[in-house]
Amino acid sequence: MSARQITLEVLRYRPESESEPVFQSYSVPCQKEWVVLDALNYVKDNLDRTLSFRWSCHMAVCGSCGMVINDNPMLSCKAFLRDLPDHIRVEPLQNFPIERDLMVSLDDFMDKLKSVKPYLIPKQPTADPDGTYKQSSAQLKKFKPFAMCINCMACYSVCPQYGLNDGFAGPAALALAHRYNADSRDQGRRAREDVVASNTGIWECTFVGACSEVCPKNVDPAAAIQQTKIASTVDYFKDLLMPSGRKIAHPEGDTT
Amino acid sequence: MARSHKPVVWGLFAAGGTASAFLVPVLAITLGFAVPLGLLSPTDLSFDRVYSIVSHPLGRLVLFGYMTVCFWHAAHRTRTTAHDVGLHNDRVTMIVCYGAAGLSTVLAALFLLSL
Ligand code: SF4
Repeated sequence: MSARQITLEVLRYRPESESEPVFQSYSVPCQKEWVVLDALNYVKDNLDRTLSFRWSCHMAVCGSCGMVINDNPMLSCKAFLRDLPDHIRVEPLQNFPIERDLMVSLDDFMDKLKSVKPYLIPKQPTADPDGTYKQSSAQLKKFKPFAMCINCMACYSVCPQYGLNDGFAGPAALALAHRYNADSRDQGRRAREDVVASNTGIWECTFVGACSEVCPKNVDPAAAIQQTKIASTVDYFKDLLMPSGRKIAHPEGDTT
Repeated sequence: MARSHKPVVWGLFAAGGTASAFLVPVLAITLGFAVPLGLLSPTDLSFDRVYSIVSHPLGRLVLFGYMTVCFWHAAHRTRTTAHDVGLHNDRVTMIVCYGAAGLSTVLAALFLLSL
């Protein structure tokens, strides 16, 4: 099979030797069915062993190979060369500090994910003797799309609000909060509210919608945030009219 | 972390967006197409007829509600757009946008009362 010669222009940053990131070009003989990740691995294996990037599954499941390819954040394992020109620019995700080459620091994102309590907070243990919670297809459908997130951070890379305000919880974390809020087994909406309904939560979002456009798993974080805004507005006015109702709504006694 | 008070303005913003989404197409079709194309007779939208609808207490109430939510929708959208384009003095933007919406609401009420 004949190889197609591609120029990969990769943003390099080696903190021990560079004060700021610089581009480096590689000429890579590529096979027709390759994705950008294959081309990067070719560089790593044959041209420059110092190039650093994250990847694991090579099948759009692990979410670790997110990077900016010709100005669009995407999974490099899903970016087929047949859809791209002969000159491809590869950069780390935007809005995150670069650790080395194409790897960005995940710390802030991980903290945000944790802050929305992304786990089931049931009101009481299930009465079912086999320990399971029953759920209908309709109940599953309500949250399933929002459960497809693979934490690739592409949505944070394009979110102008996250770029402007580091405190903003961001699209994926808020979509994940909604995924649990919308789950019939969960009762933790009020417990997540302190983060979700704060000025650095859903209310920081101005509905630009770029997150939903770039999401490789079609999660639609923008829709999740809008739905949460409706629910939080209803809660806000309910609390205003019936201030005492709020105490009862903290079912799991969470004090954080 | 303190809960935000944005639901107040966002509620009005959302109501304005929803109301406009339903009513603007109706207005556009009626005034932009139905009347010029002769699908409605000119007398259907005669001044006297429209005036009698608008000055009826129910008409005034509906108009007041619709205008108010539209003002606040525009104000909130302008505030968030100002933020998106780089005007980050939110306090000033808020005062200008919501001030304009508040003033417009009062003027609308006065106008409708004077009909
Ligand atoms: S919501 Fe989509 S774009 Fe954002 S982290 Fe999850 S999978 Fe990636």
